[in-house]
Amino acid sequence: MAKHKTPLLDQLESGPWPSFVSDIKQEIEHRYANPKGIDYQIPAECPDDLLGLLELSYVDGETHWKHGGIVGVFGYGGGVIGRYCDQPEKYPGVAHFHTVRVAQPSGMFYKTDFLRQLCDLWELRGSGLTNMHGATGDIVLLGTTTPQLEEIFFELTHKMNNDLGGSGSNLRTPACCLGESRCEYACYDSQELCYQLTQEYQDELHRPAFPYKFKFKFDGCSLGCVASIARSDMSFIGTWRDEIRVDQKAVAAYVGGEIAPNAGAYAGRDWGKFDIKAEVIDRCPSQCIRYEGGKLEINNKECVRCMHCICVMPRALKIGNDRGLSILVGAKAPILDGPQMGSLTIPFIKAEAPYDEIKEFVEATWDWWMEEGKNRERIGETLKRLGFSRLLEVTGTTADPRHVKEPRHNPYIFWKEEEVTGGWNKTIAEYRAKHQR
Amino acid sequence: MALVYEEAKGKIIEFINSKAKSKSKFYFNDFTALFPDEKGRDVKKILTQMVNEEILVFWSSGSTTMYGLTGAGKHADGED
Repeated sequence: MAKHKTPLLDQLESGPWPSFVSDIKQEIEHRYANPKGIDYQIPAECPDDLLGLLELSYVDGETHWKHGGIVGVFGYGGGVIGRYCDQPEKYPGVAHFHTVRVAQPSGMFYKTDFLRQLCDLWELRGSGLTNMHGATGDIVLLGTTTPQLEEIFFELTHKMNNDLGGSGSNLRTPACCLGESRCEYACYDSQELCYQLTQEYQDELHRPAFPYKFKFKFDGCSLGCVASIARSDMSFIGTWRDEIRVDQKAVAAYVGGEIAPNAGAYAGRDWGKFDIKAEVIDRCPSQCIRYEGGKLEINNKECVRCMHCICVMPRALKIGNDRGLSILVGAKAPILDGPQMGSLTIPFIKAEAPYDEIKEFVEATWDWWMEEGKNRERIGETLKRLGFSRLLEVTGTTADPRHVKEPRHNPYIFWKEEEVTGGWNKTIAEYRAKHQR
Repeated sequence: MALVYEEAKGKIIEFINSKAKSKSKFYFNDFTALFPDEKGRDVKKILTQMVNEEILVFWSSGSTTMYGLTGAGKHADGED
């Protein structure tokens, strides 16, 4: 039976959605009942005191967590976020309530025995409460005490073949979509690239040396199931540079109503007969599709790879064959000057093992940001402060019309000497030969 | 010029002590500023070694990380 009265939290349970309050109450009962006879290594009352403390925060209108502290296991500069409560006598179960971030499997593929091991570990050495998954994508284990950290780390690495994730000014745990494992749209093996870069940059993941956090995310195509364009400092989005493959017979079958559009999604309602003009042609953002005389034509030069047409008619249209990825830099959430989406930096790069070209780009970007970035400045802010052209310079990327987001607002362009043929050294005689005084 | 561990360590400790009155935690960039001619990665190696020798400790808010001398300022043991 819960020891604290929580009328304000109870009210949250009355809504139509699943409630974290109900979930925590379930764990409170489970821990007190202890049907498996577990020798809990942190107080059994931990989830109970967690609700009690949260209720107190609701009453007081302010938090009772202290911020920051211990960060990891020995030699690691991240992976654990220290949490201490400022009412430890009243709520001893949450005097320490550290969060542990654990690397999630690529594409979130789990085996049940791994999940069972994880839950057993967290019942024994933690609060039993988890967050699957945190905003970064990690497995988040909520609430344990300092003496348990090394024990948890040992179990994770030695028995479960896993590792802590990133926190603090580190490379955060990279995340990817399920990619080629199950998806016909994947333009590269997002799981493999995610894994290879995670292995390559172990030091950056575990030992902080960046001005602030840095996130990699990998989307196999522009549909963006992990929303890398908005959620990561460096976003890898699959694309192709040849042509969308068109099967005209299948197009006709869609038009004739023999194949359900959108792979049968939205079929719960009668939307009327499939209208290729309204649902595909008119929706193309660059207006590069034409359907005339029963033939579908795509002007691939103008295609922006939004994939809407492919999604509506997946059996008729398929991604191109010359595949790779685009790299975008600088997305972030609105802490300082508002949210930002990633800026297209590398329009196309092949994604083939051992990914040396991609690694070169990553390292050149980091070297610049580590040198020029201010403390607690995301790379997207450094980009805004110093200008996108600086990133192109330091990464050796040639400027390209695809880098232009919109026409300039001011008419001035400042050239550098090395950008001008012949530099600044021109003789007046040479000038006067063509121009009278 | 490669960094010599003992020399760099001395410089880092001296720097931290010189600020001890006002600060107990430092950003990574505070240390790279001490060695303007060196690459950030080399400075990181020195700091990592100092953490491994338990001279320095990491401190984190969860979103950003700082370094401090072991035992200086507020830390986990002091929060018990």
